[in-house]
Amino acid sequence: MSEPDRSTLHAPRSTPFDERLLLAERTDQEINQAVLQPMIQTGRGFWALVTVLGAIVAWGLYAWGYLVYWGIGVTGKNRPVYWTLFITTFVFWVGISHAGTMISAVLRIFKADWRRPITRGAEAMTAFALMMAGLYPLIHLGRVWKFYWMIPYPNNRLMWPNFQSPLMWDLVAIFTYLIGSTLYLYLALIPDMAMARDHTAGWRYRLYRALALGWRGTEAEWHKLHRALGIFSVAIIPIFLSVHSIVSWDFAVTIQPRWHSTIFAPYFVIGAVYSGLAALASILVIVRRGMRLQEFLRAEHFDALGKLVLVAGMAWTYFWFSGFIVEWYGNEPVVRELIRQEVAGNLAPLFYLQMSANLTPIGLLVFKRVRTTPALLLAATLLVNVGMYTERALIVIGSLQRNHLPFNWGLYRPTWVEVSIVAMTFAGFTLLYTLFSRIIPFVPVWEIKEGRLRYTLRRIGRLLVPTAAEIE
Amino acid sequence: MAQDVKPSAEAAPRWALVVDLDRCTGCQACVVACHAENNVPVAGEKQAIYGRWMHWIIIHRYWEGEYPNVKARFMPVMCQQCTEAPCEPVCPVFATYHNPEGLNAQIYNRCIGTRFCGNACPYKVRTFNWFQPEFPEPLTEQLNPDVTVRSRGIMEKCTFCIQRIRRAEIEARAEGREVADGEIQPACVQTCPPGALIFGDLNDPDSRASQLARSHRSFRLLEELGTAPAVIYLKGGEANV
Repeated sequence: MSEPDRSTLHAPRSTPFDERLLLAERTDQEINQAVLQPMIQTGRGFWALVTVLGAIVAWGLYAWGYLVYWGIGVTGKNRPVYWTLFITTFVFWVGISHAGTMISAVLRIFKADWRRPITRGAEAMTAFALMMAGLYPLIHLGRVWKFYWMIPYPNNRLMWPNFQSPLMWDLVAIFTYLIGSTLYLYLALIPDMAMARDHTAGWRYRLYRALALGWRGTEAEWHKLHRALGIFSVAIIPIFLSVHSIVSWDFAVTIQPRWHSTIFAPYFVIGAVYSGLAALASILVIVRRGMRLQEFLRAEHFDALGKLVLVAGMAWTYFWFSGFIVEWYGNEPVVRELIRQEVAGNLAPLFYLQMSANLTPIGLLVFKRVRTTPALLLAATLLVNVGMYTERALIVIGSLQRNHLPFNWGLYRPTWVEVSIVAMTFAGFTLLYTLFSRIIPFVPVWEIKEGRLRYTLRRIGRLLVPTAAEIE
Repeated sequence: MAQDVKPSAEAAPRWALVVDLDRCTGCQACVVACHAENNVPVAGEKQAIYGRWMHWIIIHRYWEGEYPNVKARFMPVMCQQCTEAPCEPVCPVFATYHNPEGLNAQIYNRCIGTRFCGNACPYKVRTFNWFQPEFPEPLTEQLNPDVTVRSRGIMEKCTFCIQRIRRAEIEARAEGREVADGEIQPACVQTCPPGALIFGDLNDPDSRASQLARSHRSFRLLEELGTAPAVIYLKGGEANV
């Protein structure tokens, strides 16, 4: 048999398998190099980005120091608007963190094959978004130097924290989720660390050798890894649901009008999935270009992810509407005033921005062309997160501006300190993610190789036939 | 919880404040007295306009009618010392809790400043120390030694002048008698020129506050929320100009 000529190889490209077969032609070695090369070669643009992000983070840290030195008064908070942009951004980051688990755990359980190249990016997003979210409960404290009074441990004050308080549930849920998702990220990383260890030298070699935990790729090791991942995938889903439910209860357990709602927990969870998946799509489009991963992150992946965003968006709309219509018909005085503020009052610009930014992407993502064109997908998914951020601001800040006694109504204006600290976490997230993508293989190589076994070219007689197989 | 532990019905008073809206002229003398008694800092004009006044009593002022037939309605609103206080369960560090006398106590040194209680309170009577409180000379000369001077970053609110309650109780115990009705006077009650504020024990059916609480004019603020406040308002009529 001679080498298959290019014409026969190109012939099956018109079938739905065409893209999946791209990797079938590659050897393991080529895949390793395609992933490792962009990590090691960093251009001037990369360092410029790191410098800019680092500067924003440094400025945000200065703003935080200023806040701690002078007091919460340097923010725009007042009575009755006691929670503002910090809590808004906290909810936003917790929301972003939800997509990682959604992609990795849920899709792993459902054996969705397209998850393979994007799991690592999603898990890293979860971990870093949670780290940013975790800063806000500290930043917003009036006396941050006493934060450890919330931690339950035997102490000389003879005091336990109050487990009736949703803030304590928050603390427990977020720490559990942070630990769980970090371990989950790391578990799936071990075989790739071993791969990287075998292909690098210098400090990278020493780092990867430590992180690989002596992985050799034996049958028993793979068996244990798959078992551990299976257990984690199932165990992390209830945590994932609880985290954003609890965040919603920070609001819903009070009797503040518009916060006191039974639908808040599922509404927040679905909103988190919507914004998280959209953020993941945005990030993948950017990283794919920055690290030249076009071969791994292909139209089929963006297509599937886009569909998931679409479904989450429709579910969000349903939950939003279910909450809104009940409040509208309930017509309770304060709620009526708040709704009037939204549809025709002070909050109207934000409200219409929120609705258009959340609903337009649903209309756009219906089209396959939008889902598979990176620039259009980026625009649509960035729009989703503009909408979701505004939604959180409306819930947190908008609701607090009105309450039962009109004499207590207030208005909130942000200050440079708040804006700087919010910018700090956006820059900090991007910085961590950028550095991570140069140290850790961004696409999980072992999962891709595993998935590659599904779609192969087999020789039947004189033809090369694309075949698909059922694998774990 | 603490509120369930009562030695006996008589032993535990239920302190209450009656506010007669017919008598209130909106003169704000109670606000000033409260500032002086409780070491409440003055926020200043700029902060106050932005909604950061620190008063423990806020005189709500509502306009009724159109010019020239305008009426001003005044309603002093202080911490309502709710029986079912929404601020209490949300505090992660027990800085706000229910004391055995049914008062809603705020422990300044325990507060870490999450401001969750401020959001949970439907009356918005909790105030926050946005900056380090300042007492320009010679105000430091008149700070009340019985009351903590608070630091920045913590919540504070009306305590029903708990230091005065404690002093009267201790003196009565030393003399081997019960606290007499009217013996305890929070600073606002003591100061109110038209006598619109009356303080007393609701568990004593003969106290003046108890009698007024049974008046057909009595109501509690936002009663429908189920917070069961200990501040009782007497409806204002035409006398309120």
